[in-house]
Amino acid sequence: MTLTAASVPVLWRLARLDFDRVRQQRVLLYPEGVVLLNETGGAILDLCDGHRSIGDVAAILQERYHCDVTADVIDYLSRLIERELVRVE
Amino acid sequence: MIHANGELTTDDWKRVFTHARELGVLQLGLSGGEPLVRPDVEQLAAHAHSLGLYTTLVTSGVGLTRHRAATLREAGLEHIQISIQDSDHAVADRIAGLSVVPQKVAAAALVRELGFAFSINVVLHRANIDRVDEIIELAASLGADRLELANTQYYGWALENRNALLPTPAQVAAASDVADEAMRRHRGRMQILYVLPDYHEAYPKPCYGGWGRHYLVVMPDGRTLPCHGATHITTLRFDSVRDHPLRWIWEESAAFQAFRGDAWMQEPCRTCPRKAIDFGGCRCQAFALTGEATNPDPVCTLTPLRTIIDKAVREATGPPAYRYRYIGLETERA
Repeated sequence: MTLTAASVPVLWRLARLDFDRVRQQRVLLYPEGVVLLNETGGAILDLCDGHRSIGDVAAILQERYHCDVTADVIDYLSRLIERELVRVE
Repeated sequence: MIHANGELTTDDWKRVFTHARELGVLQLGLSGGEPLVRPDVEQLAAHAHSLGLYTTLVTSGVGLTRHRAATLREAGLEHIQISIQDSDHAVADRIAGLSVVPQKVAAAALVRELGFAFSINVVLHRANIDRVDEIIELAASLGADRLELANTQYYGWALENRNALLPTPAQVAAASDVADEAMRRHRGRMQILYVLPDYHEAYPKPCYGGWGRHYLVVMPDGRTLPCHGATHITTLRFDSVRDHPLRWIWEESAAFQAFRGDAWMQEPCRTCPRKAIDFGGCRCQAFALTGEATNPDPVCTLTPLRTIIDKAVREATGPPAYRYRYIGLETERA
């Protein structure tokens, strides 16, 4: 599947974001698995609400980090889509 | 199954869960035996949820009433895994020892209706692996989000029955093709995890990601293991959460230290680059097949011990006459 700025990503119905107080780190939890998230990963996934497109997500992050992050967002989400943790509606 | 009066109490389990979370554990599986036999599963699920654990109930599905399922959902249980023996009811009954298929179908419907994440687990062996396509379609029709197709691992009772259970290489190859095709077809709706049978592979599995690295099992009686099969290694003694804090067992107990790192390894493992991938394979399998838990897993084609596996594969042609074990639930035919 080719992701574009118009693609609308959403977390797998069975995955949810949480904060691990022990590691002091954001985590993505799902059946039988965990992804430990870095700050940017968490920031991207926070914005994947099933309504915003990748372009919308990148625009918000661009404002926050003052650089074009579209390619990074696509790359990051592609890897999670490959693992079926993120879906594109 | 440990007899009920030898099991940890509700408060014991709550303490263990709290300590596990403090160690960094994020995933909890409530299994057994059959966890629904305990009347306090709902309380335990609620405590686990309050700690931030992602909790799975691993059940046969028998005993999952609407009331219990709804209470578990309110308690914060997120994921239910139901085991299914086969798509063929007659064969399934023979293996389960009970006529349970309608009860599993009802349990599956309840799990879906209440919005749990829903997995089905099927253990594959010679008598059912040819019907893997039907099993996959059965799981899809029951509405599973995930299907785990796990080939039998041969220690304990399965090792005793290996000649009846081990599929032929041709069966394994055919099943792998079916599973691959089904994975693509069901992608996005049902996730299919197909665990290859290690006897038919060239290298061993990184069992539970390595001994004492990511995983621990607390038995109903409190003994704590690095994996489910570890009690088969009779040279190890496993400490109990009745006697020690979980952190001490994890960090310092002899059993958990036994196969960490690589100092315990023999050749060819110790100098093999694959040790970073598979950690020498399964300690339980090494012990069961060679009598020495520090040996390489005989599945590995880099060790002369592989002849043990090749011989077993060649000889596994016996009729499917099983030696049953009866655990937990009373059955009419016991």
